[in-house]
Amino acid sequence: MRNILEIDGLCKTYASGLQALKPIHLSIREGEIFALLGPNGAGKTTLIGLVCGLLRASGGTVRVGGFDHASDYRQARALIGLVPQELATEMFETPMAAMRFTRGLFAKPPNQRLIEELLRGLSLWDKRSDRIQTLSGGMKRRVMIAKALAHEPRLLFLDEPTAGVDVELRRDMWALVRGLRERGVTIVLTTHYIEEAEEMADRIGVINKGELVLVDDKSALMRKLGSKRLTLHLQQPLPELPTELAAWSLNLIDQGNAFEYVFDINAGNNRIPELLNRINSLGIGIRDLSTEQSSLEDIFVSLTRREAA
Amino acid sequence: MISVNWRAMSAIYRFELARFFRTVGQSLATPVITTSLYFVVFGAAIGGRMGEIDGVSYGAFIVPGLIMLAVLTESINNAAFGIYFPRWTGTSYELLSAPVSPIEIVCGYVGAAATKSMILGFVTLATARLFVPIEILHPGWMIGFLALTAVSFCLFGFIIGIWAQSWEQLSVIPMLVVTPLTFLGGAFYTIDMLPGVWQTVALFNPIIYLVSGFRWSFYGNADVAVGISLAATMGFLCLCLAIVSWIFRTGYRLKQ
Ligand SMILES: Nc1ncnc2c1ncn2[C@@H]1O[C@H](COP(=O)(O)OP(=O)(O)OP(=O)(O)O)[C@@H](O)[C@H]1O
Ligand SMILES: [Mg+2]
Repeated sequence: MRNILEIDGLCKTYASGLQALKPIHLSIREGEIFALLGPNGAGKTTLIGLVCGLLRASGGTVRVGGFDHASDYRQARALIGLVPQELATEMFETPMAAMRFTRGLFAKPPNQRLIEELLRGLSLWDKRSDRIQTLSGGMKRRVMIAKALAHEPRLLFLDEPTAGVDVELRRDMWALVRGLRERGVTIVLTTHYIEEAEEMADRIGVINKGELVLVDDKSALMRKLGSKRLTLHLQQPLPELPTELAAWSLNLIDQGNAFEYVFDINAGNNRIPELLNRINSLGIGIRDLSTEQSSLEDIFVSLTRREAA
Repeated sequence: MISVNWRAMSAIYRFELARFFRTVGQSLATPVITTSLYFVVFGAAIGGRMGEIDGVSYGAFIVPGLIMLAVLTESINNAAFGIYFPRWTGTSYELLSAPVSPIEIVCGYVGAAATKSMILGFVTLATARLFVPIEILHPGWMIGFLALTAVSFCLFGFIIGIWAQSWEQLSVIPMLVVTPLTFLGGAFYTIDMLPGVWQTVALFNPIIYLVSGFRWSFYGNADVAVGISLAATMGFLCLCLAIVSWIFRTGYRLKQ
Protein backbone atom coordinates (compact mmCIF):
# COMPACT_ATOMS: atom_id res chain seq x y z
CA MET A 1 0.00 0.00 0.00
CA ARG A 2 1.18 3.49 -0.84
CA ASN A 3 2.32 5.79 1.94
CA ILE A 4 0.66 9.17 1.94
CA LEU A 5 2.96 10.49 4.64
CA GLU A 6 6.57 9.66 5.27
CA ILE A 7 8.31 11.14 8.27
CA ASP A 8 12.02 10.63 8.49
CA GLY A 9 14.12 11.70 11.44
CA LEU A 10 11.79 14.57 12.27
CA CYS A 11 12.69 16.20 15.57
CA LYS A 12 12.00 19.36 17.48
CA THR A 13 13.76 21.27 20.20
CA TYR A 14 11.91 24.38 21.36
CA ALA A 15 13.69 27.68 21.92
CA SER A 16 13.41 26.95 25.64
CA GLY A 17 15.81 24.06 25.07
CA LEU A 18 13.15 21.46 25.65
CA GLN A 19 13.46 18.52 23.29
CA ALA A 20 9.81 17.89 22.61
CA LEU A 21 10.36 15.37 19.86
CA LYS A 22 13.25 12.99 19.40
CA PRO A 23 13.97 11.92 15.81
CA ILE A 24 10.83 10.17 14.60
CA HIS A 25 10.38 7.77 11.73
CA LEU A 26 6.82 7.06 10.75
CA SER A 27 4.88 6.21 7.61
CA ILE A 28 1.15 6.64 7.27
CA ARG A 29 -0.57 4.46 4.70
CA GLU A 30 -3.03 5.89 2.26
CA GLY A 31 -6.59 5.35 3.42
CA GLU A 32 -5.95 4.28 6.99
CA ILE A 33 -7.01 5.72 10.29
CA PHE A 34 -3.99 6.17 12.47
CA ALA A 35 -4.35 6.99 16.14
CA LEU A 36 -1.58 8.67 18.01
CA LEU A 37 -1.83 7.97 21.69
CA GLY A 38 0.19 9.51 24.45
CA PRO A 39 -0.06 11.26 27.79
CA ASN A 40 -0.14 15.05 28.18
CA GLY A 41 3.00 16.69 26.88
CA ALA A 42 4.12 13.60 24.97
CA GLY A 43 4.66 15.56 21.76
CA LYS A 44 1.56 14.71 19.73
CA THR A 45 0.64 18.29 18.92
CA THR A 46 4.28 19.10 18.24
CA LEU A 47 4.46 16.29 15.70
CA ILE A 48 1.33 17.47 13.92
CA GLY A 49 2.51 21.09 14.01
CA LEU A 50 5.77 20.11 12.33
CA VAL A 51 4.08 18.14 9.59
CA CYS A 52 1.53 20.88 8.90
CA GLY A 53 4.05 23.70 8.80
CA LEU A 54 3.06 25.48 12.02
CA LEU A 55 6.41 24.81 13.62
CA ARG A 56 9.97 24.80 12.37
CA ALA A 57 11.57 21.41 12.51
CA SER A 58 14.99 21.07 14.13
CA GLY A 59 15.80 18.31 11.69
CA GLY A 60 14.42 15.57 9.48
CA THR A 61 12.21 15.41 6.41
CA VAL A 62 8.52 15.01 5.72
CA ARG A 63 6.99 13.87 2.46
CA VAL A 64 3.28 14.20 1.80
CA GLY A 65 1.95 12.28 -1.18
CA GLY A 66 5.54 12.12 -2.41
CA PHE A 67 6.10 15.89 -2.12
CA ASP A 68 8.71 17.26 0.21
CA HIS A 69 6.92 19.52 2.67
CA ALA A 70 9.64 22.16 2.56
CA SER A 71 10.71 22.37 -1.08
CA ASP A 72 7.31 21.43 -2.60
CA TYR A 73 5.26 22.98 0.16
CA ARG A 74 2.41 24.01 -2.09
CA GLN A 75 1.72 20.53 -3.38
CA ALA A 76 2.35 18.96 0.01
CA ARG A 77 0.13 21.32 1.98
CA ALA A 78 -2.68 21.23 -0.52
CA LEU A 79 -3.18 17.59 0.48
CA ILE A 80 -3.45 18.28 4.19
CA GLY A 81 -6.35 19.36 6.35
CA LEU A 82 -5.85 20.24 10.00
CA VAL A 83 -8.16 20.55 12.97
CA PRO A 84 -5.95 21.83 15.78
CA GLN A 85 -6.38 21.00 19.42
CA GLU A 86 -7.21 24.54 20.49
CA LEU A 87 -10.47 26.13 19.44
CA ALA A 88 -9.66 29.00 17.10
CA THR A 89 -12.29 30.46 14.83
CA GLU A 90 -12.97 33.66 12.96
CA MET A 91 -15.33 34.87 15.66
CA PHE A 92 -17.01 37.63 13.70
CA GLU A 93 -17.51 35.66 10.52
CA THR A 94 -20.17 33.17 9.53
CA PRO A 95 -19.35 29.48 9.04
CA MET A 96 -20.10 29.94 5.35
CA ALA A 97 -17.69 32.84 4.92
CA ALA A 98 -15.02 31.08 6.94
CA MET A 99 -15.24 28.01 4.72
CA ARG A 100 -15.08 30.06 1.53
CA PHE A 101 -11.99 31.73 2.92
CA THR A 102 -10.33 28.39 3.58
CA ARG A 103 -11.08 27.14 0.10
CA GLY A 104 -9.54 30.26 -1.30
CA LEU A 105 -6.42 29.91 0.81
CA PHE A 106 -5.95 26.42 -0.56
CA ALA A 107 -6.34 27.68 -4.13
CA LYS A 108 -9.57 25.79 -4.74
CA PRO A 109 -12.31 27.28 -6.92
CA PRO A 110 -15.58 28.11 -5.13
CA ASN A 111 -17.85 25.12 -4.64
CA GLN A 112 -21.08 26.01 -2.95
CA ARG A 113 -22.44 22.48 -3.22
CA LEU A 114 -19.53 20.96 -1.33
CA ILE A 115 -19.75 23.58 1.39
CA GLU A 116 -23.46 22.94 1.78
CA GLU A 117 -22.87 19.20 1.95
CA LEU A 118 -20.20 19.59 4.63
CA LEU A 119 -22.27 21.99 6.70
CA ARG A 120 -25.28 19.71 6.51
CA GLY A 121 -23.15 16.70 7.35
CA LEU A 122 -21.95 18.44 10.49
CA SER A 123 -25.43 19.73 11.44
CA LEU A 124 -24.32 23.30 10.91
CA TRP A 125 -26.53 24.19 8.00
CA ASP A 126 -28.99 26.09 10.20
CA LYS A 127 -26.12 28.09 11.60
CA ARG A 128 -24.46 28.86 8.30
CA SER A 129 -25.20 32.58 8.46
CA ASP A 130 -24.74 33.10 12.20
CA ARG A 131 -21.65 34.67 13.60
CA ILE A 132 -19.32 31.91 14.78
CA GLN A 133 -19.02 33.83 18.04
CA THR A 134 -22.63 32.95 18.85
CA LEU A 135 -22.18 29.18 18.40
CA SER A 136 -21.58 26.72 21.21
CA GLY A 137 -18.16 25.20 21.82
CA GLY A 138 -19.09 21.90 20.18
CA MET A 139 -20.48 23.73 17.17
CA LYS A 140 -17.31 25.78 16.90
CA ARG A 141 -15.30 22.59 16.84
CA ARG A 142 -17.50 21.31 14.05
CA VAL A 143 -16.94 24.55 12.17
CA MET A 144 -13.23 23.89 12.43
CA ILE A 145 -13.72 20.40 11.05
CA ALA A 146 -15.87 21.74 8.24
CA LYS A 147 -13.14 24.25 7.44
CA ALA A 148 -10.46 21.59 7.47
CA LEU A 149 -12.48 19.60 4.96
CA ALA A 150 -13.44 22.57 2.80
CA HIS A 151 -10.48 22.14 0.50
CA GLU A 152 -10.96 18.37 0.06
CA PRO A 153 -7.75 17.20 1.75
CA ARG A 154 -6.40 13.69 1.23
CA LEU A 155 -4.85 13.58 4.68
CA LEU A 156 -6.69 14.92 7.68
CA PHE A 157 -5.14 15.61 11.06
CA LEU A 158 -7.51 15.68 13.99
CA ASP A 159 -5.78 16.80 17.16
CA GLU A 160 -8.01 15.54 19.95
CA PRO A 161 -11.23 15.94 18.01
CA THR A 162 -13.41 14.69 20.82
CA ALA A 163 -11.88 16.45 23.80
CA GLY A 164 -14.62 18.22 25.69
CA VAL A 165 -17.31 16.99 23.36
CA ASP A 166 -20.50 15.31 24.51
CA VAL A 167 -21.15 11.63 23.92
CA GLU A 168 -23.54 12.19 21.07
CA LEU A 169 -21.19 14.49 19.22
CA ARG A 170 -18.40 12.01 19.77
CA ARG A 171 -20.48 9.32 18.08
CA ASP A 172 -21.19 11.72 15.23
CA MET A 173 -17.51 12.45 14.95
CA TRP A 174 -16.66 8.79 14.75
CA ALA A 175 -19.28 8.29 12.07
CA LEU A 176 -17.88 11.25 10.19
CA VAL A 177 -14.34 9.90 10.38
CA ARG A 178 -15.47 6.52 9.09
CA GLY A 179 -17.38 8.20 6.27
CA LEU A 180 -14.26 10.11 5.32
CA ARG A 181 -12.22 6.98 5.29
CA GLU A 182 -14.71 5.38 2.97
CA ARG A 183 -14.15 8.28 0.61
CA GLY A 184 -10.44 7.54 0.70
CA VAL A 185 -9.30 10.23 3.13
CA THR A 186 -6.44 9.21 5.37
CA ILE A 187 -6.89 10.25 8.98
CA VAL A 188 -4.38 10.81 11.73
CA LEU A 189 -5.99 11.54 15.06
CA THR A 190 -4.65 12.05 18.51
CA THR A 191 -6.63 11.17 21.53
CA HIS A 192 -6.50 10.52 25.22
CA TYR A 193 -9.49 8.22 25.01
CA ILE A 194 -8.17 4.76 24.49
CA GLU A 195 -11.59 3.46 23.61
CA GLU A 196 -11.60 5.92 20.78
CA ALA A 197 -8.40 4.53 19.32
CA GLU A 198 -9.68 1.04 19.93
CA GLU A 199 -12.94 1.81 18.22
CA MET A 200 -11.62 3.78 15.28
CA ALA A 201 -8.05 3.10 14.40
CA ASP A 202 -6.49 0.68 11.96
CA ARG A 203 -3.08 1.35 13.38
CA ILE A 204 -1.90 2.87 16.58
CA GLY A 205 1.24 4.72 17.53
CA VAL A 206 2.15 5.36 21.12
CA ILE A 207 4.24 8.40 21.82
CA ASN A 208 5.78 9.18 25.16
CA LYS A 209 8.24 11.88 26.13
CA GLY A 210 8.89 12.77 22.52
CA GLU A 211 9.59 9.21 21.47
CA LEU A 212 7.50 6.96 19.32
CA VAL A 213 7.57 3.91 21.53
CA LEU A 214 5.44 1.70 19.40
CA VAL A 215 3.59 1.56 16.10
CA ASP A 216 1.48 -1.40 15.15
CA ASP A 217 -1.79 -2.62 13.72
CA LYS A 218 -4.38 -2.33 16.39
CA SER A 219 -5.31 -5.98 16.29
CA ALA A 220 -1.69 -7.12 16.19
CA LEU A 221 -0.94 -4.80 19.03
CA MET A 222 -3.70 -6.17 21.13
CA ARG A 223 -2.64 -9.68 20.28
CA LYS A 224 1.02 -9.04 20.83
CA LEU A 225 0.80 -7.25 24.08
CA GLY A 226 -2.55 -8.54 25.13
CA SER A 227 -3.10 -10.57 28.19
CA LYS A 228 -6.28 -12.28 29.25
CA ARG A 229 -7.83 -12.40 32.62
CA LEU A 230 -9.57 -15.54 33.84
CA THR A 231 -11.90 -15.09 36.76
CA LEU A 232 -13.05 -18.15 38.69
CA HIS A 233 -16.01 -17.58 40.96
CA LEU A 234 -16.01 -19.87 43.96
CA GLN A 235 -18.93 -21.64 45.59
CA GLN A 236 -17.54 -20.94 49.05
CA PRO A 237 -15.40 -17.95 49.97
CA LEU A 238 -11.82 -18.70 51.04
CA PRO A 239 -10.00 -16.85 53.79
CA GLU A 240 -6.72 -16.98 51.89
CA LEU A 241 -5.08 -18.36 48.80
CA PRO A 242 -4.19 -22.05 49.18
CA THR A 243 -0.38 -22.48 49.06
CA GLU A 244 -0.86 -25.32 46.58
CA LEU A 245 -1.86 -22.72 44.01
CA ALA A 246 1.14 -20.44 44.57
CA ALA A 247 2.73 -21.52 41.26
CA TRP A 248 0.07 -19.63 39.27
CA SER A 249 0.39 -16.33 41.16
CA LEU A 250 -3.35 -15.92 41.46
CA ASN A 251 -5.13 -13.11 43.19
CA LEU A 252 -7.90 -13.75 45.63
CA ILE A 253 -10.48 -11.10 44.89
CA ASP A 254 -14.04 -10.19 45.68
CA GLN A 255 -13.65 -10.86 49.42
CA GLY A 256 -12.37 -14.36 48.86
CA ASN A 257 -15.17 -15.24 46.45
CA ALA A 258 -13.06 -15.46 43.30
CA PHE A 259 -9.61 -16.22 41.89
CA GLU A 260 -8.18 -13.97 39.27
CA TYR A 261 -5.61 -15.38 36.87
CA VAL A 262 -3.86 -13.14 34.35
CA PHE A 263 -2.11 -14.93 31.52
CA ASP A 264 -0.37 -14.06 28.29
CA ILE A 265 -2.44 -15.19 25.32
CA ASN A 266 0.70 -15.58 23.25
CA ALA A 267 2.44 -17.89 25.66
CA GLY A 268 2.53 -21.44 24.29
CA ASN A 269 1.19 -22.94 27.48
CA ASN A 270 -1.22 -20.95 29.56
CA ARG A 271 -1.35 -23.69 32.25
CA ILE A 272 -5.09 -23.35 32.62
CA PRO A 273 -5.92 -27.08 32.44
CA GLU A 274 -3.36 -27.79 35.18
CA LEU A 275 -4.80 -24.98 37.26
CA LEU A 276 -8.32 -26.32 36.94
CA ASN A 277 -7.15 -29.87 37.76
CA ARG A 278 -5.32 -28.67 40.86
CA ILE A 279 -8.34 -26.68 42.05
CA ASN A 280 -10.51 -29.71 41.47
CA SER A 281 -8.17 -31.95 43.38
CA LEU A 282 -8.20 -29.49 46.28
CA GLY A 283 -11.97 -29.83 46.40
CA ILE A 284 -12.66 -26.17 45.74
CA GLY A 285 -16.02 -25.75 44.03
CA ILE A 286 -16.26 -23.42 41.02
CA ARG A 287 -19.59 -21.67 40.47
CA ASP A 288 -18.76 -19.81 37.29
CA LEU A 289 -15.88 -18.57 35.19
CA SER A 290 -15.24 -15.71 32.79
CA THR A 291 -12.38 -14.49 30.66
CA GLU A 292 -11.64 -10.97 29.57
CA GLN A 293 -9.25 -9.61 26.96
CA SER A 294 -7.10 -6.74 28.20
CA SER A 295 -7.91 -3.44 26.58
CA LEU A 296 -5.64 -0.99 24.86
CA GLU A 297 -5.81 1.01 28.01
CA ASP A 298 -3.95 -1.70 29.89
CA ILE A 299 -1.42 -1.93 27.10
CA PHE A 300 -0.99 1.78 27.04
CA VAL A 301 -0.58 2.11 30.76
CA SER A 302 1.93 -0.71 30.87
CA LEU A 303 3.91 0.81 28.01
CA THR A 304 4.13 4.30 29.38
CA ARG A 305 4.87 2.98 32.83
CA ARG A 306 7.67 0.83 31.53
CA GLU A 307 9.09 3.91 29.84
CA ALA A 308 8.92 5.86 33.04
CA ALA A 309 10.72 3.15 34.96
CA MET B 1 1.16 23.04 -10.22
CA ILE B 2 0.60 26.68 -9.30
CA SER B 3 3.28 29.32 -9.35
CA VAL B 4 1.23 32.03 -7.71
CA ASN B 5 -1.70 31.28 -5.45
CA TRP B 6 -3.93 34.07 -6.74
CA ARG B 7 -6.98 32.61 -5.08
CA ALA B 8 -5.36 32.80 -1.68
CA MET B 9 -4.33 36.39 -2.17
CA SER B 10 -7.76 37.38 -3.30
CA ALA B 11 -9.37 35.36 -0.50
CA ILE B 12 -7.33 37.22 2.11
CA TYR B 13 -7.92 40.53 0.38
CA ARG B 14 -11.67 40.09 0.15
CA PHE B 15 -11.94 38.65 3.65
CA GLU B 16 -10.19 41.70 5.08
CA LEU B 17 -12.15 44.20 3.01
CA ALA B 18 -15.41 42.50 4.00
CA ARG B 19 -14.52 43.25 7.60
CA PHE B 20 -14.00 46.90 6.68
CA PHE B 21 -17.25 47.23 4.80
CA ARG B 22 -19.21 45.55 7.56
CA THR B 23 -18.28 48.44 9.80
CA VAL B 24 -17.83 51.06 7.11
CA GLY B 25 -19.78 53.68 9.05
CA GLN B 26 -17.57 53.34 12.09
CA SER B 27 -14.41 53.09 10.02
CA LEU B 28 -15.09 56.33 8.20
CA ALA B 29 -16.78 58.31 10.96
CA THR B 30 -13.61 58.78 12.98
CA PRO B 31 -11.46 60.31 10.23
CA VAL B 32 -14.33 62.45 8.94
CA ILE B 33 -15.04 63.84 12.38
CA THR B 34 -11.34 64.36 13.10
CA THR B 35 -10.77 66.18 9.85
CA SER B 36 -13.79 68.37 10.42
CA LEU B 37 -12.52 69.27 13.88
CA TYR B 38 -9.12 70.18 12.47
CA PHE B 39 -10.78 72.47 10.00
CA VAL B 40 -12.93 74.13 12.58
CA VAL B 41 -9.95 74.73 14.84
CA PHE B 42 -7.05 75.29 12.43
CA GLY B 43 -8.82 76.30 9.27
CA ALA B 44 -11.43 78.68 10.65
CA ALA B 45 -10.40 79.70 14.17
CA ILE B 46 -6.66 79.99 13.70
CA GLY B 47 -6.31 79.94 9.93
CA GLY B 48 -8.16 83.23 9.59
CA ARG B 49 -5.26 84.93 11.35
CA MET B 50 -2.52 82.99 9.56
CA GLY B 51 -2.55 84.53 6.14
CA GLU B 52 -1.34 82.66 3.09
CA ILE B 53 1.60 80.31 2.83
CA ASP B 54 3.28 80.24 -0.57
CA GLY B 55 0.17 81.76 -2.08
CA VAL B 56 -2.19 79.17 -0.60
CA SER B 57 -4.71 79.93 2.12
CA TYR B 58 -3.84 78.29 5.44
CA GLY B 59 -7.00 76.20 5.37
CA ALA B 60 -6.04 74.74 2.01
CA PHE B 61 -2.38 74.47 3.01
CA ILE B 62 -3.09 71.98 5.78
CA VAL B 63 -5.29 69.70 3.65
CA PRO B 64 -2.50 67.50 2.22
CA GLY B 65 -0.92 67.16 5.64
CA LEU B 66 -4.23 66.17 7.21
CA ILE B 67 -4.87 63.56 4.58
CA MET B 68 -1.37 62.17 5.08
CA LEU B 69 -1.94 62.09 8.81
CA ALA B 70 -5.17 60.15 8.43
CA VAL B 71 -3.68 57.76 5.89
CA LEU B 72 -0.56 57.14 7.96
CA THR B 73 -2.42 56.40 11.15
CA GLU B 74 -5.08 54.27 9.53
CA SER B 75 -2.54 52.33 7.47
CA ILE B 76 -0.55 51.38 10.51
CA ASN B 77 -3.59 50.56 12.61
CA ASN B 78 -5.42 48.60 9.93
CA ALA B 79 -2.50 46.52 8.86
CA ALA B 80 -1.27 45.88 12.40
CA PHE B 81 -4.73 44.81 13.52
CA GLY B 82 -5.31 42.75 10.37
CA ILE B 83 -2.45 40.35 11.08
CA TYR B 84 -2.42 40.60 14.86
CA PHE B 85 -6.03 39.54 15.20
CA PRO B 86 -5.64 36.07 13.65
CA ARG B 87 -2.48 35.60 15.69
CA TRP B 88 -4.37 36.51 18.82
CA THR B 89 -7.40 34.31 18.13
CA GLY B 90 -5.18 31.48 16.91
CA THR B 91 -6.71 31.27 13.44
CA SER B 92 -3.33 32.04 11.93
CA TYR B 93 -2.70 28.29 12.03
CA GLU B 94 -4.65 28.11 8.82
CA LEU B 95 -2.44 30.65 7.07
CA LEU B 96 0.65 28.76 8.12
CA SER B 97 -0.71 25.41 7.01
CA ALA B 98 -2.06 26.61 3.66
CA PRO B 99 -0.13 26.45 0.40
CA VAL B 100 0.43 30.20 0.51
CA SER B 101 3.77 31.89 0.12
CA PRO B 102 4.81 34.71 2.46
CA ILE B 103 4.64 37.19 -0.41
CA GLU B 104 1.05 36.21 -1.08
CA ILE B 105 0.14 36.63 2.58
CA VAL B 106 1.72 40.09 2.64
CA CYS B 107 0.04 41.10 -0.62
CA GLY B 108 -3.34 40.01 0.70
CA TYR B 109 -3.14 41.73 4.07
CA VAL B 110 -1.19 44.80 3.05
CA GLY B 111 -3.17 45.19 -0.15
CA ALA B 112 -6.45 45.16 1.76
CA ALA B 113 -5.20 47.53 4.45
CA ALA B 114 -3.78 49.90 1.85
CA THR B 115 -7.04 49.88 -0.07
CA LYS B 116 -8.89 50.83 3.10
CA SER B 117 -6.57 53.70 3.88
CA MET B 118 -6.72 54.97 0.32
CA ILE B 119 -10.51 55.01 0.53
CA LEU B 120 -10.12 56.84 3.77
CA GLY B 121 -7.71 59.32 2.24
CA PHE B 122 -10.22 60.16 -0.46
CA VAL B 123 -13.03 60.49 2.05
CA THR B 124 -10.84 62.87 4.06
CA LEU B 125 -10.14 64.84 0.90
CA ALA B 126 -13.85 65.05 0.14
CA THR B 127 -14.54 66.21 3.70
CA ALA B 128 -11.87 68.88 3.41
CA ARG B 129 -13.40 69.98 0.12
CA LEU B 130 -16.53 70.95 2.04
CA PHE B 131 -14.53 73.50 4.03
CA VAL B 132 -12.04 74.93 1.58
CA PRO B 133 -11.59 75.06 -2.19
CA ILE B 134 -8.78 72.74 -3.20
CA GLU B 135 -6.86 72.49 -6.43
CA ILE B 136 -4.75 69.52 -7.39
CA LEU B 137 -2.00 70.39 -9.84
CA HIS B 138 -0.63 66.88 -10.31
CA PRO B 139 -3.46 64.40 -9.66
CA GLY B 140 -1.37 61.48 -10.95
CA TRP B 141 1.41 62.20 -8.52
CA MET B 142 -1.11 62.85 -5.79
CA ILE B 143 -2.54 59.36 -6.15
CA GLY B 144 0.96 57.96 -6.57
CA PHE B 145 2.18 59.47 -3.31
CA LEU B 146 -0.97 58.40 -1.53
CA ALA B 147 -0.61 54.81 -2.73
CA LEU B 148 3.08 54.68 -1.95
CA THR B 149 2.51 56.02 1.54
CA ALA B 150 -0.43 53.69 2.16
CA VAL B 151 1.55 50.65 1.06
CA SER B 152 4.71 51.60 2.98
CA PHE B 153 2.92 52.26 6.22
CA CYS B 154 0.68 49.23 5.87
CA LEU B 155 3.88 47.19 5.60
CA PHE B 156 5.13 48.98 8.69
CA GLY B 157 1.85 48.20 10.44
CA PHE B 158 2.11 44.58 9.32
CA ILE B 159 5.52 44.37 10.98
CA ILE B 160 4.12 45.82 14.19
CA GLY B 161 1.23 43.36 14.04
CA ILE B 162 3.69 40.48 13.84
CA TRP B 163 6.04 41.86 16.46
CA ALA B 164 3.35 42.65 19.03
CA GLN B 165 2.71 40.10 21.77
CA SER B 166 -0.15 41.98 23.38
CA TRP B 167 -2.76 44.60 22.62
CA GLU B 168 -0.67 47.15 24.52
CA GLN B 169 2.35 46.53 22.33
CA LEU B 170 0.13 46.79 19.30
CA SER B 171 -0.74 50.39 20.13
CA VAL B 172 2.51 51.51 21.73
CA ILE B 173 4.48 52.21 18.54
CA PRO B 174 1.75 54.23 16.83
CA MET B 175 1.23 56.14 20.09
CA LEU B 176 4.83 56.76 21.08
CA VAL B 177 6.54 57.09 17.75
CA VAL B 178 4.17 57.76 14.95
CA THR B 179 1.80 60.32 16.45
CA PRO B 180 4.57 62.74 17.53
CA LEU B 181 6.34 62.26 14.22
CA THR B 182 3.22 63.07 12.26
CA PHE B 183 2.52 66.18 14.28
CA LEU B 184 6.12 67.27 13.83
CA GLY B 185 5.92 66.19 10.22
CA GLY B 186 5.06 69.52 8.68
CA ALA B 187 1.33 69.01 8.30
CA PHE B 188 0.59 72.39 9.84
CA TYR B 189 3.64 74.45 8.82
CA THR B 190 6.52 74.60 6.38
CA ILE B 191 9.99 73.74 7.58
CA ASP B 192 11.26 77.29 7.13
CA MET B 193 8.71 78.45 9.69
CA LEU B 194 10.69 76.53 12.32
CA PRO B 195 13.48 78.19 14.31
CA GLY B 196 17.05 77.55 13.03
CA VAL B 197 18.31 74.30 14.48
CA TRP B 198 14.87 72.68 14.40
CA GLN B 199 14.88 72.93 10.66
CA THR B 200 17.81 70.53 10.61
CA VAL B 201 16.21 68.27 13.19
CA ALA B 202 13.01 68.17 11.16
CA LEU B 203 14.93 66.83 8.18
CA PHE B 204 15.51 63.64 10.13
CA ASN B 205 11.79 63.10 10.40
CA PRO B 206 10.81 60.85 7.50
CA ILE B 207 7.26 62.11 7.54
CA ILE B 208 8.38 65.59 6.49
CA TYR B 209 9.26 64.13 3.10
CA LEU B 210 5.91 62.46 2.64
CA VAL B 211 3.92 65.52 3.55
CA SER B 212 6.12 67.77 1.48
CA GLY B 213 5.92 65.59 -1.59
CA PHE B 214 2.20 65.14 -1.19
CA ARG B 215 1.63 68.89 -0.77
CA TRP B 216 3.68 69.50 -3.88
CA SER B 217 1.27 67.34 -5.87
CA PHE B 218 -1.51 69.69 -4.78
CA TYR B 219 0.01 73.14 -4.97
CA GLY B 220 3.38 72.76 -6.65
CA ASN B 221 5.27 74.04 -3.59
CA ALA B 222 7.49 71.83 -1.50
CA ASP B 223 9.80 72.08 1.51
CA VAL B 224 12.23 69.65 -0.01
CA ALA B 225 12.74 68.67 -3.62
CA VAL B 226 10.11 66.23 -4.86
CA GLY B 227 12.78 63.81 -5.99
CA ILE B 228 14.08 63.60 -2.43
CA SER B 229 10.58 63.09 -1.10
CA LEU B 230 10.05 60.28 -3.51
CA ALA B 231 13.40 58.73 -2.72
CA ALA B 232 12.75 58.92 1.03
CA THR B 233 9.35 57.28 0.65
CA MET B 234 10.79 54.56 -1.55
CA GLY B 235 13.62 54.07 0.93
CA PHE B 236 11.13 53.53 3.74
CA LEU B 237 9.17 51.11 1.57
CA CYS B 238 12.31 49.11 0.84
CA LEU B 239 13.27 49.05 4.51
CA CYS B 240 9.85 47.66 5.43
CA LEU B 241 10.06 45.10 2.62
CA ALA B 242 13.44 43.99 3.88
CA ILE B 243 12.13 43.54 7.42
CA VAL B 244 9.08 41.63 6.20
CA SER B 245 11.20 39.28 4.14
CA TRP B 246 13.45 38.72 7.14
CA ILE B 247 10.39 37.92 9.25
CA PHE B 248 9.28 35.22 6.87
CA ARG B 249 12.75 33.83 6.37
CA THR B 250 13.26 33.34 10.08
CA GLY B 251 9.65 32.67 11.00
CA TYR B 252 10.01 35.40 13.61
CA ARG B 253 7.03 35.32 16.00
CA LEU B 254 5.10 33.29 13.47
CA LYS B 255 6.64 29.87 13.81
CA GLN B 256 8.41 28.53 16.83
N1 LIG C 1 5.65 26.70 22.26
C1 LIG C 1 6.31 25.90 23.08
N2 LIG C 1 7.45 26.29 23.67
C2 LIG C 1 8.12 25.48 24.50
N3 LIG C 1 7.73 24.23 24.81
C3 LIG C 1 6.59 23.78 24.25
C4 LIG C 1 5.82 24.59 23.35
N4 LIG C 1 4.76 23.87 22.96
C5 LIG C 1 4.84 22.69 23.57
N5 LIG C 1 5.94 22.62 24.35
C6 LIG C 1 6.38 21.47 25.16
O1 LIG C 1 6.61 20.38 24.31
C7 LIG C 1 6.15 19.18 24.90
C8 LIG C 1 5.19 18.49 23.99
O2 LIG C 1 4.03 19.26 23.88
P1 LIG C 1 2.81 18.85 22.94
O3 LIG C 1 1.87 19.99 22.92
O4 LIG C 1 3.35 18.37 21.66
O5 LIG C 1 2.19 17.63 23.76
P2 LIG C 1 0.88 16.79 23.46
O6 LIG C 1 1.30 15.37 23.32
O7 LIG C 1 0.12 17.38 22.36
O8 LIG C 1 0.11 16.95 24.83
P3 LIG C 1 -1.47 17.06 25.11
O9 LIG C 1 -1.99 15.69 25.13
O10 LIG C 1 -1.53 17.68 26.46
O11 LIG C 1 -2.06 17.92 24.06
C9 LIG C 1 5.57 19.57 26.25
O12 LIG C 1 6.52 19.32 27.23
C10 LIG C 1 5.32 21.04 26.12
O13 LIG C 1 5.47 21.67 27.35
MG1 LIG D 1 -1.70 18.23 22.19
